[in-house]
Amino acid sequence: MAEIKESFFSAEGLEKRLNGKKFWKVMMTEYWIPKDINFLWAMGVVLATTFAILIVSGIFLLMYYKPDTALAFDSVNYTIMQEVAYGWLFRHMHGVAASVVFLIIYIHMFTGIYYGSYKKGREMIWLSGMLLFVTFSAEGFSGYMLPWGQMSYWAAAVITNLFAGGSLEAWGLVEWIRGGFAVNDATLTRFFMLHVFLLPLVIIKLIVVHFYTLRIPHVNNQNSEDIDYDAEAEKYLAGNKKESKVIPFWPVFLSKDFAVLGLFLIFYFYLVFFNYNFAMDPVNFDPANPMKTPAHIYPEWYFLWSYETLRGPFFDMFGMKAGDIGLIIFGLAQVIFVVFPFLDRDPDILPAHKRPKFFIWFWIMIVDLLVLSVYGKLPPTGANAWVGFYATALFLLLWASLPFITKSDAKARGAL
Amino acid sequence: MREIKILFIVAFFTGLLYWGVEPFAHSKLHPHVEAPDYSFKDVQGLDGMVGNATAGAEIVANNCTACHSIEVAGFPALMDNASNAAAYGVVPPDLSTAGKLYDANFLAAFVKDPAVATKTTHKFEDGASHPMPGYSWMQPQEIADIVAYLQSIAPKEMTNKEVFANACQRCHSIKYGDFYGGSMAALTPDANIKKYMGVVPPDLSQFIRSRGEEYLHEFINNPQKHLEGTAMPRVGLTLESEKQVIEYLTEVGDSKKAEREALGAPFLGYLVIFAIMAWAWKAKIWRKVH
Repeated sequence: MAEIKESFFSAEGLEKRLNGKKFWKVMMTEYWIPKDINFLWAMGVVLATTFAILIVSGIFLLMYYKPDTALAFDSVNYTIMQEVAYGWLFRHMHGVAASVVFLIIYIHMFTGIYYGSYKKGREMIWLSGMLLFVTFSAEGFSGYMLPWGQMSYWAAAVITNLFAGGSLEAWGLVEWIRGGFAVNDATLTRFFMLHVFLLPLVIIKLIVVHFYTLRIPHVNNQNSEDIDYDAEAEKYLAGNKKESKVIPFWPVFLSKDFAVLGLFLIFYFYLVFFNYNFAMDPVNFDPANPMKTPAHIYPEWYFLWSYETLRGPFFDMFGMKAGDIGLIIFGLAQVIFVVFPFLDRDPDILPAHKRPKFFIWFWIMIVDLLVLSVYGKLPPTGANAWVGFYATALFLLLWASLPFITKSDAKARGAL
Repeated sequence: MREIKILFIVAFFTGLLYWGVEPFAHSKLHPHVEAPDYSFKDVQGLDGMVGNATAGAEIVANNCTACHSIEVAGFPALMDNASNAAAYGVVPPDLSTAGKLYDANFLAAFVKDPAVATKTTHKFEDGASHPMPGYSWMQPQEIADIVAYLQSIAPKEMTNKEVFANACQRCHSIKYGDFYGGSMAALTPDANIKKYMGVVPPDLSQFIRSRGEEYLHEFINNPQKHLEGTAMPRVGLTLESEKQVIEYLTEVGDSKKAEREALGAPFLGYLVIFAIMAWAWKAKIWRKVH
């Protein structure tokens, strides 16, 4: 280490010690992003902002929330919603952001899938992103329990009960998770700990890892063009800004992000003030009552598609119980997106519209997830059960066909 | 223009998903019911008869005041709420305000046969009977006189809270109405009401959020439409009284509604300004690189 002689108490001394200018270059002015992008590339910054909104509003809620089954409901619905100045605003912001963050995550995720931004050097970006998705899911689920309303209680009862499925029962797993034989005060307190401490900590670390994994390989572009970043950066720095294929993160890329963010915030705050019931289910404004099962139990919209794969196989098949098959498919649905880069057998990075069969696969998958989501909310009776069954079967079929479809595209192009 | 196309696709699928899991799913989960009927056509009430309040005063004094208090007419409650509840199963209502709260047709039908008017006959099978006996043995004119008398003594104006207290609070608590004082607890003790209704009727503090205005109107007007077989009686509120009940539920359960609605527009206005400035800045920066 070079010895630094400048005083600690001087601007140069501080700069020498912290290397702020170099850090700023690496992270901002010389962090190169392709120029050929569209507004979907702004979703990362939109997500980061939404997460910041969740943290800030969450801190305000934390000051009045009481993680105790006897106090939780009133601390939320009376203290925060009626008494605390702008407590309602923070709760609405928190509840709506928790829902909207999943919309943006899904858009972000399917942007990556569409443009092939998960392979050939970008696997780690995909994997860290999927870990974030799983952790956000746990964060959403644990947070939903905290107001201790009817849906909080019954969603917790149904979902923790999944861990009693099949042979898991013998392990006593569900009792261990709940801290008792039924969802109870200990369950609420431990999910509170997960929601406000452990999971946010993990999320923050994963965000850092996610950013780290994409800083070096660089993000993809609209045409999946392989860019020589060193040459293009040199052009840009020499003043050929219009010819260069890259732009710096600051201020060029972020200026576009802020513009998109402006529109997003209008959409988000419109929901906060005028259309919040989709994110704050009215049923959850009834206090938790273990003696009274609600007429319909369903998870938040962002879990509906995987919830429906659980209910899809509603009759015994292949010598197995319907519930066990559902549980296996549900388990698979949680993790299958993680292995996307390894199921795609196409050696080229290309956007979906340049991969004819994969393009069709992509849109069928989107429609299937939509169908699963809608029918995940409806009661699984009569024709609904069959729609759920076939949509689940299609979901499995799509995944099974992915390696063959991607390979076939590559062969047709002559890449294999 | 490619970005507009992409935005359209994203908005289309987001909108479709929203429609599917919200309006569409809820229309399946909560089937549509007929609009409320505030004339209570299904029960024979006054049948066009006009009552005489003076005659009604005497009939009421002779037939009703053994159980009912009428504070405004000088008939105070003879027992406290707990004793009343023990004696009748539920605290009988004071009749001072009945003429204002309840529809005249409904009141007449109620006096004639309470279980039929309230649509709770299913509760009173196997020998059980409604705590208030029916007066179908009276002449229709006498019943019309009772209603006319109750209307004549009723106040012209009542606060939302008074309407709630008189129409709902005998069975329902609304603890957020007086969170620290506890004065908004149900008048009938839990043990009695549970015996009478089968369950302790829910606290109504958050019903404006959990049920919403439209459902509340439909439900209060005729509970059987949404919850067939429920023990909750149809109480026969006039549209005006029902609105006041729901306004009270809003004042208590969504007390920051006015603040929320007032803050929304300026908040969005500020964000529109932010968005315009952000787009202008973006355009300025990108002009140099495009």
